[in-house]
Amino acid sequence: MDLNLTPEEVAFRDQFRAWLQANVPKDWTEWREKPLDESFPYLRAWQRKLHEGGWAAVSWPAEYGGRGATLMQQAIFWDEMARLEAPPMANALGLGLIGPTIIAYGTAAQKRRFIPKILSAEEIWCQGFSEPNAGSDLAALQTQARLEDGHYIVNGQKVWTSYGWVGDWCELVVRTDPMAPKHKGLTVLLVDMKSPGVEVRPLRQMTGESEFNEIFFRDVRVPAENVLGKVNDGWNVAVSTLMHERGAYGARLILIFQRNINRLIELSRCIQRNSLPASQDPVLRQKLAQCYAEVEIMRLNQLRAFSRITPTGAPGPEGSIQKLFWSELNQRLQQLAQELLGPYGQLLSSDAHAIDKGIWSYGYLRSRGNTIEAGTSEVQRNIIGHLVLGLPRSY
Amino acid sequence: MQFGLNESQQFLRDSARKFFAGECPIAEVRRLMETDTAFDAKLWAKLAEQGYTGIIFPEEFGGVGLGIVELILLMEEAGNALLPGPFFSTVVMAGALLDALATQDQKKKHLAPICRGERRSTVAFLEAEGSWDLADVRLTAANGRLLGEKLFVPDAAVADWILVVARNGVFLVDSKAPGIRVEPMRSMDLTRKLYSLQFDNTPAEKLGETTGLSRPRAIATAALAAEMVGGMQRTLDITVEYAKTRKQFGKPIGSFQAVQHQCADMYLETESARSAVYYAAWALEHHAPDAAAAVSIAKLYASDASRTVGNRGIQVHGGMGFTWENDLHLYYRRAKSSETMFGDATFHRERLARLIIDVEALSAERA
Repeated sequence: MDLNLTPEEVAFRDQFRAWLQANVPKDWTEWREKPLDESFPYLRAWQRKLHEGGWAAVSWPAEYGGRGATLMQQAIFWDEMARLEAPPMANALGLGLIGPTIIAYGTAAQKRRFIPKILSAEEIWCQGFSEPNAGSDLAALQTQARLEDGHYIVNGQKVWTSYGWVGDWCELVVRTDPMAPKHKGLTVLLVDMKSPGVEVRPLRQMTGESEFNEIFFRDVRVPAENVLGKVNDGWNVAVSTLMHERGAYGARLILIFQRNINRLIELSRCIQRNSLPASQDPVLRQKLAQCYAEVEIMRLNQLRAFSRITPTGAPGPEGSIQKLFWSELNQRLQQLAQELLGPYGQLLSSDAHAIDKGIWSYGYLRSRGNTIEAGTSEVQRNIIGHLVLGLPRSY
Repeated sequence: MQFGLNESQQFLRDSARKFFAGECPIAEVRRLMETDTAFDAKLWAKLAEQGYTGIIFPEEFGGVGLGIVELILLMEEAGNALLPGPFFSTVVMAGALLDALATQDQKKKHLAPICRGERRSTVAFLEAEGSWDLADVRLTAANGRLLGEKLFVPDAAVADWILVVARNGVFLVDSKAPGIRVEPMRSMDLTRKLYSLQFDNTPAEKLGETTGLSRPRAIATAALAAEMVGGMQRTLDITVEYAKTRKQFGKPIGSFQAVQHQCADMYLETESARSAVYYAAWALEHHAPDAAAAVSIAKLYASDASRTVGNRGIQVHGGMGFTWENDLHLYYRRAKSSETMFGDATFHRERLARLIIDVEALSAERA
């Protein structure tokens, strides 16, 4: 056990920190308030800059334009990004989830065709997984694809698609063998979103924003060479993407959570309760300390998980523990913010009286989605039960 | 950065696991808990033979000279086995205190025999108020003598020396000194016996000032939290095994999500407590600036989690979990005793609040 950074990790951090300090855009705070469709070209340009510096996909192998970074180095990368308040990257799903899946399952031609443009943000990727009748039971999805003259003809509907409105390409899971058991008849297609028959609609969520889309496919023709992995082996390909979704994401959240709890502690010193600063209220002190402790444990769990997984190995079921922990913790943290802010907690960003530009009312509502997106808490507990503890499957 | 165990740490953990499985199976725990003191001289000799009684103490006093991470791994296995008797009170509480406060001569006289397994000891801290805050200690030594009462002292009946925390210092008292009365306090945990002590002009040798208490107390608190993690792990293992084999409605109960999710939460809580404890050990070992916060985080989380894990485990077992025959209640009793020892979750949340709310010195964002 050695919790000091190794010389290689220090070198990696210092190199990236120096690059970031020289290159991070200074005007992001002005842009971040704007709607995503306005700021998207800005985010593309930022990713291009990272790519030119060789920093867009540090986890990828060097031969595909990455740095072969260990999980610990990836955590350092996200920590530095958050520390300098760097903007997010435009092609988040392409870089984080879909690129690694193409590297793992793609043909040489697919890698040549898609990987460079994922890195440069020339082509933005979205993920066509969930359907109205296939959420937690993803393998029950019904979007059909049948092979005709070297093309798959796709019909169906996807939902909860992030980046759908701006996506150039989609990692789409379809049913190619309706007669096979549900996990065995799926195939992953790489679909050009400009194909005729693709229709994207915004999905308005309870926060009032539209981060996600619904996508409709009507007789969309996809060349057979765009199958990723083997035909009818799409479940394994899709699961590989999902593991990346649960594995890496937690690392980016730690610094954000630390900032949030530290900000609440700061606020508690200037909010009055019973004629005293809230920071002197014995009950709120207990709650702030509990939340601080849990944020710290989230960080430590992550570090231990990174040390358990082989340095280059793909994320495993450990990701489920992280996902369960951070999503439920964020709901407790946001509720604590509401308790602390009292009537101010409900104010929206557009209100002049709002504290911290209304981030706490937004955070409270947005955190409801945390225990649902990327696999519900119930599904994560199922995964821990089956894959970690070896309990019999319940379904 | 490597937050896993290195080879020698894995070896220590594995050999401790093997040792406790062989020398301290649950049948032996049950036998000892029915005795007055839960102490067994043969088991004690074997613990000493392994070097466990001197694990973190300097080699010049007959110790093994290992670090706090190694101590934590040993305590985790001891907790997993529900090791009865005075190991924690002698080695972790009294030993760490002697190591921190005593002079070279005092260490030769008192710490070395502990390392060799020849003597046992304990620490008397709590008084009638039951408060773990040092400011609430009332007992005061006068002219090298003690007059008053200490409560909830673990394993005092088998201790050769009792280290007494008083207002004006930490004192060593020979358990056979005149004017000492040791009475059992009957409590939930049958494997770690508690006693009340009456001092009536009892001669006491000063070891040092109470300002020197914070580090040995932090070490003992982290070690206790590690022992709790071991108990949680065993509770989880027993429960998962039961959920796989017990059938109702024609299926193993572990195939029902209501049961699975209890087990998943037990796993999450156990692993989270373990992360917090390992970090606290590392921070103490390396004198990290956030070591005090790390110890409070470990103890507050383990205090709540060990109780919750016990609740879930018993619930999954149904009626079996409520029987004397089932082992879970033995762990559940230990968990309750450990929950309050060195301060419960509420106590440590307030400790942490003082560090993070009242003092801005500690920053969560590390460079």
